[in-house]
Amino acid sequence: MNYEPVIGLEVHAQLATNTKIFCGCSPAFGAEPNTHVCPVCLGLPGALPVLNQNVVDMAMHISLAVGCTIQPRSRFLRKNYFYPDLPKGYQVSQFQSNEEMPLATGGGVEVPTADGGTRVINLTRIHMEEDAGKSIHEEGFVSSGESLVDVNRCGVPLIEIVSEPEIATSDEAFHYLTRLHQMLVYTGVCEGDMEKGHMRIDVNVSIRPVGSTKLGTKVEVKNVNSFRNCQRAIDTEKDRQIALLETGGTIQQATMLFDPDRNQLRPMRTKEDSDDYRYFPDPDLVPVVVDDAWITKVREQIPELPEAKKIRFGNDFDISRDQIDILTSSRDIADYFETTVSSGAGAKPAANWLQGDVMRVLNEQKITIGELKITPQSLAELLQLIDKGTISGNIARKVFDEMVDTGDAPQSIVEKQGLVQISDTSELDGIVDQIIADSPSEVERYKGGDKKLVGFFMGQIMKATKGQANPKMVSQILREKLG
Amino acid sequence: MPVSKVDVQKVAELARLSFSSDEEDLLVDELNRMLDYVAVLDALDTTGVSPTAHVLPLENAFRSDVLGQSLTQEDALANAPLSGQGHFRVPRVIE
Repeated sequence: MNYEPVIGLEVHAQLATNTKIFCGCSPAFGAEPNTHVCPVCLGLPGALPVLNQNVVDMAMHISLAVGCTIQPRSRFLRKNYFYPDLPKGYQVSQFQSNEEMPLATGGGVEVPTADGGTRVINLTRIHMEEDAGKSIHEEGFVSSGESLVDVNRCGVPLIEIVSEPEIATSDEAFHYLTRLHQMLVYTGVCEGDMEKGHMRIDVNVSIRPVGSTKLGTKVEVKNVNSFRNCQRAIDTEKDRQIALLETGGTIQQATMLFDPDRNQLRPMRTKEDSDDYRYFPDPDLVPVVVDDAWITKVREQIPELPEAKKIRFGNDFDISRDQIDILTSSRDIADYFETTVSSGAGAKPAANWLQGDVMRVLNEQKITIGELKITPQSLAELLQLIDKGTISGNIARKVFDEMVDTGDAPQSIVEKQGLVQISDTSELDGIVDQIIADSPSEVERYKGGDKKLVGFFMGQIMKATKGQANPKMVSQILREKLG
Repeated sequence: MPVSKVDVQKVAELARLSFSSDEEDLLVDELNRMLDYVAVLDALDTTGVSPTAHVLPLENAFRSDVLGQSLTQEDALANAPLSGQGHFRVPRVIE
């Protein structure tokens, strides 16, 4: 029998706020343990949580961007369970049931299909919640029989984005995550740094015979930290379930952890009653009421989203499809490109330089485009210098490297280092004559038919002029003189 | 439906409490008496009244997204029964 997987994803995304969800502590990554904490984070008696308005704003931004319905009234509930990284004994979250509504419901994310089209993966909801702390168990660092707990992450604001169980393949899951990541970063609600755990994924996988519409028993894979690992976890779990059914076994509902090093899933030990979270409204937190005016205000602030930007770039600029994809991959890069063009550069050279040299530097130095010392205005100036023939393309690369290091304006680098292109015919004539006089045997061979030697002469002239000779003019003069 | 001994055992398990059999019997009795006491509310017709979670008619109590003062690590760990290396030390929690 042929089986197909049915996949649902729960994505936890960290909101890019200045402070935690219910207190004024910093949510920044990488601080000394237990230094971004206060009585609210620690769950000390009498501490009173107060909701960060920016959390609701940001959650609404992404919710509206993916077409969710904002619920006019929602509230926070306590999800009760015992774990040492949760000092209060409950996580403050939202819930969806007949009587209970989270901040946002519905919506969808468009993913590309194999045949070049798109289809929508529907969302169940987006809700707000707080993160838990971090437990450390590593051998060597922690005494045997003990774990260490860092509470810094407690109260870091998260949204959980829950998809309907309608993702059909691990590839589609990957596309869904990539698109969601792009939307989160575009709207500015999440920094999207996977290495800092800004997006963590729980995967629900079940299988069913192809053509069946009944859902099989699902297995949940918790806390997957990258999109590739998510893809691998789905494939591994799907294969395991198929093998189990084909050998006459049955699938048990379970929660697993994915071990990316061994490509293996192992069951998480869970207490029998761990699903009995006894949700109840948090008496310390009052309901969140969102009116139309608030929704309108947020909607107006949503920036142009990737798909719309791609269409506009296609209409406005004469650049390739690939370049459009690269330039719109992030809002910062798209903005950089547009500023470069509006500062006087041609769209085509600007796209070429961004795709080539700028991307290379970003990758090599592992920096973002915002950290690049070259402003879009400077890049535009550089491209104009090439365009006007002041410097050659080769010299421009040299100037560019200098700009990467110093952030100086290209004009001043060119002047300071005397890099202006030599386009003076009489000056070039003299240099070409000299090289020809110095290379009698090469001239002989060239005249004998070895035309490839034009490269040799070119090289000698460039060497003599430190690369500053206008290559087009040199090539023309050479042809005239050598015949 | 009155509270049974099984209910008491389940709630105790969820709250990580353990009771002797006699204590469980006592709790069954006490919990049922509490429920009987508030059962008088069942006489009210609450059709169309949504459940109340807060006694005050408040909504949208927000704070602005501005950094406040955090505790020092020393203060944060001051009440911990065990601490070390800047962390809370707890009994091992995974296999």
